[in-house]
Amino acid sequence: MAVSARMDFKSRLRIWLPKLVLSPSLAMVLVFVYGFIAFSVYLSFTDSRLLPSYGWVGWENYSKLWRLSHWEISLANMGIFAALYIGSCTALGLGLAIFLDQKIRIEGVLRTIYLYPMALSFIVTGTAWKWFLDPGIGLENVMQTWGWETFGFDWIKNRNLAIYTVVLAAVWQTSGFVMAMFLAGLRGIDNEIIKAAQIDGASNWNLYRRIVIPQLRPAFLSAFVILGHLAIKTFDLVIALTGGGPGRATELPATFMYSYAFTRNQMGIGAASATIMLMTIAAIMIPYLYAELREKR
Amino acid sequence: MRALIYLVLTLCALFYMLPLYVMLVNSVKPLDEITGGGMMNLPQVFTLVPWARAWSSAQIGVEPTGLSPYFWNSIRMVVPAVAISTLLGALNGYVLTKWRFKYDTILFGLMLFACFIPFQVVLIPMARMLGLMGLAGTTRGLVLVHVVYGVGFTTLYFRNYYAFFPTELVRAAQIDGAGFFRIFWRILLPSSGPIAVVSIIWQFTNIWNDFLFGASFADANSQPMTVALNNLVQASHGVKEYNVHFAGAILAAMPTLLVYIVAGRYFVRGLMAGSVKG
Amino acid sequence: MGFLDIDNATKSYGSVRVLHNVDISVEEGEFLALVGPSGCGKSTLLNMIAGLEEITSGEIRIRGAVMNGVHPSKRNIAMVFQSYALYPNMTAGQNITFGLEMHGVPKARREQARQRVARLLQIEHLLNRKPGSLSGGQRQRVAMGRALVRNPDVFLFDEPLSNLDAKLRVDMRTEIKKLHQTLGTTVIYVTHDQIEAMTLSTRIAVMNGGYVQQLGKPQEIYDTPANIFVATFMGSPAMNVLPARVMMEGTAPVAETALHDGTPVRMPFSQANLAQWAGRDILLGIRPESITDENTADRTSGNIARLTNRVVITEPAGSDTFAIMTLGGRDVIARMRSDAKVAPGIDFTFAVNMEKAVAFDPETKERIAS
Repeated sequence: MAVSARMDFKSRLRIWLPKLVLSPSLAMVLVFVYGFIAFSVYLSFTDSRLLPSYGWVGWENYSKLWRLSHWEISLANMGIFAALYIGSCTALGLGLAIFLDQKIRIEGVLRTIYLYPMALSFIVTGTAWKWFLDPGIGLENVMQTWGWETFGFDWIKNRNLAIYTVVLAAVWQTSGFVMAMFLAGLRGIDNEIIKAAQIDGASNWNLYRRIVIPQLRPAFLSAFVILGHLAIKTFDLVIALTGGGPGRATELPATFMYSYAFTRNQMGIGAASATIMLMTIAAIMIPYLYAELREKR
Repeated sequence: MRALIYLVLTLCALFYMLPLYVMLVNSVKPLDEITGGGMMNLPQVFTLVPWARAWSSAQIGVEPTGLSPYFWNSIRMVVPAVAISTLLGALNGYVLTKWRFKYDTILFGLMLFACFIPFQVVLIPMARMLGLMGLAGTTRGLVLVHVVYGVGFTTLYFRNYYAFFPTELVRAAQIDGAGFFRIFWRILLPSSGPIAVVSIIWQFTNIWNDFLFGASFADANSQPMTVALNNLVQASHGVKEYNVHFAGAILAAMPTLLVYIVAGRYFVRGLMAGSVKG
Repeated sequence: MGFLDIDNATKSYGSVRVLHNVDISVEEGEFLALVGPSGCGKSTLLNMIAGLEEITSGEIRIRGAVMNGVHPSKRNIAMVFQSYALYPNMTAGQNITFGLEMHGVPKARREQARQRVARLLQIEHLLNRKPGSLSGGQRQRVAMGRALVRNPDVFLFDEPLSNLDAKLRVDMRTEIKKLHQTLGTTVIYVTHDQIEAMTLSTRIAVMNGGYVQQLGKPQEIYDTPANIFVATFMGSPAMNVLPARVMMEGTAPVAETALHDGTPVRMPFSQANLAQWAGRDILLGIRPESITDENTADRTSGNIARLTNRVVITEPAGSDTFAIMTLGGRDVIARMRSDAKVAPGIDFTFAVNMEKAVAFDPETKERIAS
């Protein structure tokens, strides 16, 4: 069949038009995301310092990186931060969601209150918590003036404990979001299943433990993936709250990368650390996105 | 039992309100009330001076300009970035659901993954690229950056929304003789109100709150509000004017907070769509 | 060459072929029903006629002009969709004239056309309402109005009644038939409902598995189904199909099968050529209305066989009563008058109109031609 021969320019344009419309976005993404990723990965194998330079040095930046105590601290902090952040957000979010799901009269108001931190910039969050936790003017000072003379709370100034204040502020910011995800999951559970379980004589505790929470698996997965990738990307909050300090006590890979690439003139090492961050996130996100996009077929 | 639940919920609500309370009360009291240990107290002397200072005369970097010029920088950056990325997202979503072609899901996956990358990995080449394009340190450069890294989300929103838009309508319009753009303008767009609101709110919140790109690619004439606020708070010289910091923080939070209060429903929907895509 | 020719059309998605070599030629003014179970390819075929899906190979011609690659709006067709596909943001009136607007028809002419169609369909009072505030039947009318206003060469209907409730469906069915008689426009009508196909169409194409199983007039298809699929798909309750063996009584072939207790029973065929099948197994097809009580048996039939069999169950349906028995090891349904004296458990004498019986080859499932 000579179908194509019959087609004039107009009909051919009509067939290509949708792809044409998609192409600017696609081109942007290909260049600015994937092209740039390739460039950064390439830089991580070069001797770039203040400016990109193209002397090939192989794995040298990576081996240097892994010998840096600064990087080691960042990773250790990341471990503490990610574990506590994901764990606390999930626990708090799930608990609040279950409690809110008990036909609470002022649910709307409470939901609004739990979720508003998500609308704030991390810089605002960081500023508020920075001064609230500051021993000089914040909680410690307040408690002492209220008469609790021995009260001490100087975590934000303490090398060993400062990372936990980052966890606190981050949990404050995102746990409401996790609550909303779990609440949506709870609302999606078939009411008849819950009625059936109640008729079967399940107590509230067993109802949640055996019937409801297992059905929230998709919400758990989403929460884990979203929180995991947020954890790895955490940057602004640390900058505003502690500036990475005291010392290097709250450095995370994101702040590490920033300072090596832009203030310490070690672009190669910065690029290497960014590559490692990317790989970690890709390991979480790609299977997730793949599963999400496939299901719809 | 129910009393206990209410108690827990209320305590949590207090925990979430705490920083906002701290910011609010301390932004309207004189500095000595704060340093004197009265952070949790309501102001004894009510004053709007810290707000005025934060807005128009506080030292940001080297200039005592207050946050106001940076506020307008943010507006000049956010409005076009939101508009462009939402429009592109709507068109992309339209193509990806109603004009499907081979491998379209893979292309969409590529666009979507772009939203989740750690942006550190593109900072260095982006800085170079903006320099080459003559956009380094400009608001237009920031608009470009935010459009590029936001279009995946807006596409996601519109794609998921249009997926439930009956394809038969598009076919009926085709038989009626409407072309690609006509179908979009006359049939889909008039029904896209809710998702457009979601997309606009999400993009507005994200771009307004961004710090990394602002800190990396802007100069003094284009720095957004978040960067200015951070400069104000982190300034190491002189007396720390906590009340001014708090007023500044509220000023920086105000636009997104207002949007959240007015259109929280849409905000939550956007949040959910960005996480549970199913 | 007909008015609308579907010439050896096939459709494949990748390596999966969903339509196989479809050949249908439709005359002007015909009402062709494409009927079949879901997934049989009927909607795909309709979309190919509309130009909404490409043709993998073959040709579709309207008035002799090849339509392959021609845009839907340039084929002079109109389509009514299953969901009606009314534009939610436009009023009923705007919905009707959107196509004219797209084709650059001036406003005054559009207005005229809208009034004409609205009068025809009695929807004048609905023109300013949005689809969201219309009932199912009203939406259906607006959707038809949108199709009618174009004065198309061919109307395409994609299961237009399947979203209506049972009563409305019957009313709209009559309405569509009237409309077709008034306008005389060619119609291609997709449905999975065989009764709709029978009542509306001048010809039916029964489809299954991407093949046209049979193409013919409704009565032809009902009386002489091409194969077991068509036989059981068309008609409700479905045609009884039971195993039997062809035996000879003198020179006349008879069907031998078994009663509920295994006792053999013989019924003479009207088809003389079945003598060639003597001694072989066939599948015997008998429609329920061909099995009755003796009094109701068709008096014009020259071949009524009688058999006495145990009634397993009865299903009164108001106008008729269905009696179910075991024949040849299968459940066989008989359609009785509602006052027939049948009851579960009794032995009853049935009259079988063997003139209407058909025989199928058990291997190929095709009807053995007479």
